[in-house]
Amino acid sequence: MGSQIFSAILVIIVGVGGCVAYFWGANKLLDLAFPSRGVAGRAAIDNLRRQGIVRPWLFVGPALLILTVYLIYPVVDTLRLSFMDRAGQNFVGLANYQWAVGDREFRTSILNNFLWLAVVPAACTFLGLIIAVLTDKIWWGNIAKSLVFMPLAISFVGASVIWKFIYEYRAEGQTQIGILNAFIQYLGGTPQVWISIPFWNNFFLMVILIWIQTGFAMVILSSALRGIPEETIEAAVIDGANPFQIFWRIMVPQIWGTIAVVWTTITILVLKVFDIVLTMTNGQWNSQVLANLMFDWMFRGGGDFGRGAAIAVVIMLAVVPIMIWNIRQATRESGEGH
Amino acid sequence: MANTRGKSFIGRFGVHIAVLIFVAIWTIPTLGILVTSLRDKDQITVSGWWTALTSSTQTVAGRLPGASAQVERDGTFVIEGNIFESGSGQVGAFGTRVQAPTQYAAGETAELNDGVTMQLNEDGSFVLTSPQAFEGDRGQRVYYSVLQPPSFTTENYNTVLFSEGIGRSFLNSLTVTVPATVIPILIAAFAAYALAWMRFPGRALLIAAIIGLLVVPLQMSLIPLLKLYNGVGAFFGVPAKTYLGIWLAHTGFGLPFAIYLLRSYIAGLPREIMESARIDGASDFEIFVKIVLPLSFPVLASFAIFQFLWVWNDLLVAMVFLGSGSDQLVLTGKLNALLGSRGGDWEILATSAFVTIIVPLIVFFSLQRYFVRGLLAGSVKGG
Repeated sequence: MGSQIFSAILVIIVGVGGCVAYFWGANKLLDLAFPSRGVAGRAAIDNLRRQGIVRPWLFVGPALLILTVYLIYPVVDTLRLSFMDRAGQNFVGLANYQWAVGDREFRTSILNNFLWLAVVPAACTFLGLIIAVLTDKIWWGNIAKSLVFMPLAISFVGASVIWKFIYEYRAEGQTQIGILNAFIQYLGGTPQVWISIPFWNNFFLMVILIWIQTGFAMVILSSALRGIPEETIEAAVIDGANPFQIFWRIMVPQIWGTIAVVWTTITILVLKVFDIVLTMTNGQWNSQVLANLMFDWMFRGGGDFGRGAAIAVVIMLAVVPIMIWNIRQATRESGEGH
Repeated sequence: MANTRGKSFIGRFGVHIAVLIFVAIWTIPTLGILVTSLRDKDQITVSGWWTALTSSTQTVAGRLPGASAQVERDGTFVIEGNIFESGSGQVGAFGTRVQAPTQYAAGETAELNDGVTMQLNEDGSFVLTSPQAFEGDRGQRVYYSVLQPPSFTTENYNTVLFSEGIGRSFLNSLTVTVPATVIPILIAAFAAYALAWMRFPGRALLIAAIIGLLVVPLQMSLIPLLKLYNGVGAFFGVPAKTYLGIWLAHTGFGLPFAIYLLRSYIAGLPREIMESARIDGASDFEIFVKIVLPLSFPVLASFAIFQFLWVWNDLLVAMVFLGSGSDQLVLTGKLNALLGSRGGDWEILATSAFVTIIVPLIVFFSLQRYFVRGLLAGSVKGG
């Protein structure tokens, strides 16, 4: 245990030291190879130009290397593996995708993922917007925001334990220690095993993600709301608009861009949702989702890399439109900007 | 904007109430875990955590002493004593049949068969009388509810930290998190500066690629990297699951966001500062180290918080790239394992959960300003 702490500290020192040494050393080496000081005018200019060509690559080099090994190569290789057999040895064509289309569990996952996509981003954005608007009006708004924001720091596993305790079930008539069933029993209802009710259990799992992510939506939207020019709202008030008209007709249209950003960010997160399903149900009772199914196939029966890769590619395909839109948006911005 | 709505008293009141409800929904779940982790193990199973501050009642089954304890008094046979061995406690109600364990209130006299009467007082003292002599060594069965005053304890923390292995996992989490937070910062900062302020062919393409990589699902990387790690491990005859492996993996997965966040900040630094430094003969390296790095402190802090929270809270990467032995199991993985093995033991689960979330909560509340700033820069600007 002591040696583990020691080696961790050593790694930080070696890692950081190594990075500094690389950047400093490479830079120094470049200066030595193409000296710009102490040489005649013409040569100095040539060397400066050469330095200018090489130096950017020294700076981006390490990042580029890591990105290639950990993201670019894997993406290409996952694509390739999705056409291979379980060990990744023989080409099997579209067999993995054909299997997926015919597999009941895969189809359940796809349906559930659509359900998550339809509910979670909308719920987070809507609740976040409402809380942002309401907290703007009261003196303790910042404290309230901070508390709603807090679950964002909690891990999905931690949140799952927290909510599993809320959904805790005891037989009817016993003292319920889960707050939801206690409430239901208090109202005279029958306690339920919430996470094993097919179809509806999806929603009880979604609640956890909504609980975590609403704070994110709230913070971003709140800052966008503050950017709305006062005059537009004052003008609406003078024209006799009621609060709901101001909200829907004046405020929301002015922050559409931000709403879209929040929506897409949460959409990507939802596509990757894994921890919550793994810890709450592990896909039982028809609550499976793609990311958990993919993880399952990575190790099930010694691991089927072909099927796992095919499921990963399906998740990737859903992200591609957002990716293209992001890149377009960013290149347009930098084209107009500096 | 504050005065456009809720002008009336009722409207303003309504806003306060609505926000209060939202805040309650968003804090009560966490509060439940915290309170539960501090409660006595036996009380957790018999009453909801929201009743932690009131006395809870627990129904206990017991047996009164047998015939050997009886004394004869004025022609009746009497057995007396106290059901609390320690001599203190509070009885709420009692009964003699399991179907009706709380049939009689404390202090009441129960009429049993054959003229036998039984009285159980609040302080636990009991009197059993009978016109005939008691027989047999097995005494009268009795059920009674004990009122337990609220009791809080830190014993659960002792248990999970030192005998359930949470303490060890806590160290493992720290071992993973700190290097995986520090390493990407430097690498990303240099790349971000180059992408923001240096001209070179392919720069625009690189920026576009990084924005594209931002949204690539982790799932796309797992299988090839797992194969790669296994291959490297087999080739060099070393274990495939190592801390070095997960540090690098987290570095790789965190880099696109780090470069993106840092680049958009560094690109926004005033051009004049860079140019005047350049005229003074400073090289790019000097400009970066002496000007850009110090000025970028807020965004570096933002990223550090993000990466710290992300790595600390991660389960997927740890499950794939680290082993499940006690020397490598991180907190999230340990908590997941406990959910399987200690499913109903809420004193263990709640306490372990609280231990895993306390560090991120402290980081979050103490550095919230940087966190929010990073969040805004990371999502709004980029689109």
